Amino acid sequence: MTLPLAPQFLPREQFQQLLDTLHHNGHKVVGPQVRDDAIVYAPIKNTSELPLGIEDHHAPGSYLLKDNGSQHWFDWASTPQGIKPLLFKPRETLWRATRDATGTVHFKDPENDAEKIAVIGARACDLAALNLQDQHFLSIENTPDPFYAARRHNLFIIAINCTRAVDTCFCSSTGDGPKCHDGFDIVMTELEHGFVIASGSQQGQQLIKQLALTDADEKQLSEATQREANATQQQRSVPSQNMRDMLFNALDHPQWDDIASRCLSCGNCTAVCPSCFCYSEHAEPTLDGSITEQLREWDSCFTQGHSYMHGITVRHDTRLRYRQWLTHKFAGWHDQFGRSGCTGCGRCITWCPPGIDITQELAILSKPEEKRDDA
Amino acid sequence: MMHNPHRPHQARVVERVQESGSVFTLRLEFLDSEMRDNYRFAPGQFNMVYLYGVGEVAISIVSDPKDPKLLDHTIRAVGRVTNGISQLKDGDIIGLRGPYGRGWPMLEAEGRDVVVITGGLGCAPVVSVINYITQRREQFGKLTILQGVKLPKDLIWRDRFERWINEPNTEVFLAADKGDPDWPWHVGLVIELFDQMKLSEDTIVMMCGPEGMMRVCIHELLLRDIPEDAIYLSMERNMQCALGQCGHCQFGADFVCKDGPVFSYDQIKPLFAHKGF
Repeated sequence: MTLPLAPQFLPREQFQQLLDTLHHNGHKVVGPQVRDDAIVYAPIKNTSELPLGIEDHHAPGSYLLKDNGSQHWFDWASTPQGIKPLLFKPRETLWRATRDATGTVHFKDPENDAEKIAVIGARACDLAALNLQDQHFLSIENTPDPFYAARRHNLFIIAINCTRAVDTCFCSSTGDGPKCHDGFDIVMTELEHGFVIASGSQQGQQLIKQLALTDADEKQLSEATQREANATQQQRSVPSQNMRDMLFNALDHPQWDDIASRCLSCGNCTAVCPSCFCYSEHAEPTLDGSITEQLREWDSCFTQGHSYMHGITVRHDTRLRYRQWLTHKFAGWHDQFGRSGCTGCGRCITWCPPGIDITQELAILSKPEEKRDDA
Repeated sequence: MMHNPHRPHQARVVERVQESGSVFTLRLEFLDSEMRDNYRFAPGQFNMVYLYGVGEVAISIVSDPKDPKLLDHTIRAVGRVTNGISQLKDGDIIGLRGPYGRGWPMLEAEGRDVVVITGGLGCAPVVSVINYITQRREQFGKLTILQGVKLPKDLIWRDRFERWINEPNTEVFLAADKGDPDWPWHVGLVIELFDQMKLSEDTIVMMCGPEGMMRVCIHELLLRDIPEDAIYLSMERNMQCALGQCGHCQFGADFVCKDGPVFSYDQIKPLFAHKGF
């Protein structure tokens, strides 16, 4: 291993060179862009496609982009969707079957479509969630998922340290942010006139060397530290990093009914959650029946079908579905992965139509059940 | 591409046997000789059976593990996939992958008295246990079989039960919620027969059936001083991937497809009393 480079300075004008070098190295570059009034990850070639001077404003059930007049490209804190879809695709073919003239069925693997992708913009909460997805999809015990594994192998991650927190952020309390510590190839902090850039892997170091930059000076490093400190100002927090026993002991808490009276069981929270891993499988035959594909699609524990088996729906109402989601995320994960499944990104709060705030619900659930008058 | 654990393998329907009105058994063998030779399973484990263009279902293997080349799957036609599978004929080619999950504690049961409790429309997972024990009778103590059904016609394999009654050191208790002139056994619930059982201190219990029934039986067994870790039950949940990945079969932190389907009661006790997991 070569000696790690000191943090370098990437002038704003040279950011295009970073994009070009990634392309030159054979990566498809994916970065943040404004589409339909939201910041999404999409293929990017030119810095002019980046969200210039755009801030995101979040509140429970609310998301709004505003122009702040700055020259920054990363003044936003969280995209509606993290980097999960780059690895765990929302919909993909697991295998194909054909039926020949004799009626014999044949099975085939799909072609490997794992592109070499470089993603720019991942935040600390996304990286922590990525680590959990890695554990789930790559663990030996579970049999590594070949589709996830191939994409993961080809993914180059350029993380961005947050320089502001939005109203729904709470990664400080889960211990996952706002600063990126590991799980990236390159990490950058945006300054007024450029970026402090550092590597987190051999590949990342090679790329930085290709850019032929100079060491960041004291002033630049202190500007980075100051800007990073802004992101620690967070409005929300989880009551504790381990609520396993508390939640499993609160299964009959009256608050579940209260939540169920507001929850639409729409599944938005699970769709934006960077750690949720459920998927359903179904067969999709062609009209003539000669070929059929076995597809997997993201699923949600808020659907009726999730707990369905031969005529019985185990979780037939919203109360049981919300309880399943929350007890899995904040209790079951401790047994499965040695930590909670929440990395504090706050997306489930922002994208919940009635604005249910899990941090608030957890706080209520962690208090002893209040005696009801009618009890 | 690295090994794709999702993809089924070709299997042939060697024989299809109609067991009762809606219950049938498929005897399957892998087409690929290497698959066939390397395949091993334990009682209580299951396979994913795939019907072309329709989908997969988790079905437990009921045949004896000493012959892993021919795999019997007893299936009730209840849903989209199983209704389609019920139309298969001898010689048809389908998809098969497995075995999955943890089966019954047959090694732990050796030398002990075994109580097998089932409910509902004939419970294939525990029939594999009964078959296993009757084939190796000297390795186990007393075998007690309790089976409850709603109606006498729901009892599949009546001839087998009648045969088991005559096995050495074996007792069989049958109960139907409603009797009929052809039903010589108890009319009522299975638990009403518990007092007729003589339970030794060294008893291991294996059960399968509706969760409500299992809850009541566990309560009765605990009252009779059977320890929690000597009671095993086979759980059922929605299974799609069978690899501990898709998330549907989670029961608390356990994935029923890989941590189960057979659990000892003390493993799942904290959540078993709560509906919705």
